[in-house]
This record gives sequence, C-alpha cells and structure tokens, in this order.
Amino acid sequence: MDGDAFLEWLRREGRIVIVGASLAGLRAAEVLRAEGFSGSLTMIGDEPYEPYDRPPLSKAVLLGKASPQHTELPRRREIDAKWRLGVAATGLDLAAKRVRLADGDEVEYDRLLIATGVRARPWPKESEAQLDGVFVLRTRDDAAGLHRRLKASPRRVFVIGAGFTGSEIASACREQGVAVTVAERAGAPLVGALGGVVGAVAAELHRENGVDLRTGVMVTALEGDSSGRVRAAHLSDGTVVETDVVIVSLGATRNTEWLAGSGLGAGPRGIACDAGCRAFDFRGIVTDDIFVAGDVARSPHPLFNYQFLSLEHWGNAVTQAEVAAHNMISASAERQPHMWVPAFWSSQFGVNIKSVGVPSLGEQIMITQGSLAERRFIGVYGYQGRVIAAVSFDNTRWLEFYQRLIESGAPFPVEFPTVDRRPEGRQPVPADFPDPSLPSHGPTVTLSGYSPADRRLVFTPGRH
Amino acid sequence: MRLVVDLNKCQGYAQCAFLAPDVFAMHGEESLVYNPLAEQEQRERVARAVAACPVQAITADGLDDAGEPPAEPGQEAAHGR
Repeated sequence: MDGDAFLEWLRREGRIVIVGASLAGLRAAEVLRAEGFSGSLTMIGDEPYEPYDRPPLSKAVLLGKASPQHTELPRRREIDAKWRLGVAATGLDLAAKRVRLADGDEVEYDRLLIATGVRARPWPKESEAQLDGVFVLRTRDDAAGLHRRLKASPRRVFVIGAGFTGSEIASACREQGVAVTVAERAGAPLVGALGGVVGAVAAELHRENGVDLRTGVMVTALEGDSSGRVRAAHLSDGTVVETDVVIVSLGATRNTEWLAGSGLGAGPRGIACDAGCRAFDFRGIVTDDIFVAGDVARSPHPLFNYQFLSLEHWGNAVTQAEVAAHNMISASAERQPHMWVPAFWSSQFGVNIKSVGVPSLGEQIMITQGSLAERRFIGVYGYQGRVIAAVSFDNTRWLEFYQRLIESGAPFPVEFPTVDRRPEGRQPVPADFPDPSLPSHGPTVTLSGYSPADRRLVFTPGRH
Repeated sequence: MRLVVDLNKCQGYAQCAFLAPDVFAMHGEESLVYNPLAEQEQRERVARAVAACPVQAITADGLDDAGEPPAEPGQEAAHGR
C-alpha cells in the first residue's frame, strides 16, 4: 500500500488510540472526528471520570463557586469513542503496536496519541504523606477531599510550596477566613516561574492578605498524632507550626513510567517529540505512528532557539492536541508545526496574573507599564537582547501586544515609549531567577536539550 | 450544561458577568470565576454570554434544544494559536 492509499484507509477504518482522557486527549479526539476520521477511536484514562477541567479545582472549587465533582469539559462535538476509564495504561509494545492496560487487556492501534500528562509530586516521606489531613491537589478526588476538609473549619492550613497552585490555595483559604501558613524554600512565592522581582510583589500579596508566609525554609517533617492525623509541620529554622491540614504543592511529575523499556524516548522530563508532535524513540529516531500532546510532551520551539520545551499549560494542551490530531491523519506536506506561544494565567488574592512567552528564560526584566507597588503592571523579560516573555498583573489587555513583540524577536531593552511608563521602568534590572541547579519550586516550563544558537546545554534537574 | 472559559483569551470585559451573573462573576478587577456546570435554567443567559463575549472565550455545550453540540467556535479552529 503506498502512502496515499494507507492514509485514506487510516482515515476511513484505521484504529486510533488515545492514552490520557483529560483536556488534551478530548480535544484531540474532537479534531480527529472534525477532520473526517471515521475509524475506531479508543480513549484510555486512569481516572474513572470523563474529561474534566483542572484549573477550577484550585480556584472556583475552593472558593465554593463550583463543585469538585462537576468541572467536566464541554464537548465541541460528538466523538463516538470507546471509553476505557479507570484503567491505566501500563505498557507499550512498539513492534506489535499494542497498549497494555492495568486490567490485563491489550488494545491495538494504527496510530497512537500519548497525552498522559503529569501528576502531583507527593510528599517524599511516605509515612508522613499518608497521615490523615495531608493532601496534594491535582485530581477531582484530591479536590473533593480537600474541599470537604476545608469546609470543616480547620484551625490552620499549611501549604508546602508557593508556586501557582500553592499560592491559589492560600488565597482561597484566606478568602474564607481560614488561617494559612505557606512555607517556600526560595526567597519568595512564584520565583521559579516569574523571578525574584515579581516574586517580591507576590510575597506582599500573601502577607497583606494575612498569609503567614515563611520563605527560605524547608519543611523537615510532618508530625502526626496517635490516631494518625497530621498535627504539626517542622521547619528547617527550628520552628514548629501546628496545623490540621497540609497541602503539598511541590509541582508535578510526568506520567511516563508506563513507557519504561518500550523504546520510546520517554523519561522524567517527558516524551521528546518533533515540532509536528511525533514521538522520538530512545535512539532519537522519529516514530511514524506515535504522537504526543499536552503536559507530557517535550517539543522543540522555533521561537526559543529550538529548545525542547515542556509546558504545563492549559492552552498548550489544547493547541498541541489539535496539531497532533491533525498531523495524525494528514500527509506529511499537510502537517503543521506546534508553534504556540506559551501562555498561562493564575488568579490569586483578587489579582489576575497572566504571562506570555517563557519568563524563566529571562535574564532581565523591565516594568514597562504601571508599577510594582500598585500591583498593576506589565513586566517584560529580555534574553540575549530580545524580548522573550511578558507578565501582567491586572493588565491583561496589553499582553497580546507583547506577544507580538516576542513572536517578532523585538529588541530588549524596550526602547519605545509605552502607556503609563514610570521612572522605575526605564532601566532593565536582573530578573532574579534562582540558580536552576538548586532545588526549589520549579517553573511550569522545563527547558532542556541542545540549543543550536548558543551551543550549550541547559540543565534542569529532575526534582524528585 | 457544561462550560469552559479559555482564560488565556479572557480579557475581563465582564459581559458574561452582566448577562449570566449566577454563572460568571468577576473576582477582583479582571479575574473571572465561573461555575463549569451551569443549571439548565441558565441556558438562555449562558447562550447570550457566549454570544456577547468580545474575545469568544466561552465554550458551552447543550445550548441547543436538540442536544446538538455547538459548532466549534471559529477562532479555535485555527491551529498554532
């Protein structure tokens, strides 16, 4: 069968299997059907629920504006799939084109999409992690458990890690009058993602809203009482904080263990793929029939010197899934590259924080509009003389403009005048990102791989 | 009915919060909080909010009586954005 005939057959009666039944998996399935795929489609998911949205779990749900059980994603169209929910994929046979499932079943595919995402990194000491009252927040079940516990008026909530999720949880607790302590190893919240200049603003937000923020400390132990309930957290500065709910917000781990030994280029940093979402095998040879999308993917980005980026961003999951699905059933000349400009949002302490580009690549930052003191500003990040990212605090309508600067490789420092430029924004200052070799709460972007532009490796340690 | 807002697109124009205040609410100056599962009796209001959003950031299903899923919002059909 030549290529055209194969493709026609694939589109008509091929078997496509999607492992990962969350945002990326669902959107990919919809695009496959929208573009005329009429073969069999199987959706495999380890959680027993149909695809649901995760961002509300740390925001609307904790604020009581939504139910943890009801954040299911709307459907853009009917996908007519066989659903295998509540059964994790446990293995992949590349030669036989089969996915193994936890219940012993095997599912054959002609094309496979892997969108297994990430999971919350648990507290490393297992006996402490199992204490009653210790939570992570990633899944619907996590959110339901935490929601129940927060409604029972805890005396104090203790959050480990002041990244976006940890900060959002602290914000929701304060809004409901619950006492919160946040412990962060770095010097301020959000430093891994946005650097120290913006982190200092985040620290003020925490403190003004009554969060007991402890920075530059580590949690050394969680202590339980005789009935196995958590009662206190011990910190590296010798202090002890009594608490009855602990939320571990230490970032995420990519779900690639099930691919160990499969021959696919999968590891703790994700699954490497080309710009068209085709997975690499461990020899660096691109596969023809396996595609990757969402948080678990690691793909070269032309705007960032073709560095391999892993993005734990909602918008990336959607766009990469759309591109992967299109490419899965298209001839090579029709395929599209995944070139989405990274973007994310967070809402905390009543402030809308949004970003475009990759701030953690930034060497310097300029506040081009508004002021840090007013918590309403645009910060622009520069890398090797060009604009690489921007962050907005309650100033989202300007971001698209900065996105175009990033896309066009506009020079940095920003020399043109901007609306509402203040004296503090005239000169760039160091963006103050922590040394990536030190363990801290990481950004939700992982940089890795070889960058042909500057001939060096950027090493991001796997934080386990 | 299920709904989701693409908060990368959302720019806080608050049209939805005026048109369907039981489903969408502003939280602070420009953050949006919404209930992803709106009551069926909110259907009319949600449909108006979907139509009125200046950046077309809201996707909802179950807006039609026939149970036909809504057409894919035009802007989302473009790849690479």
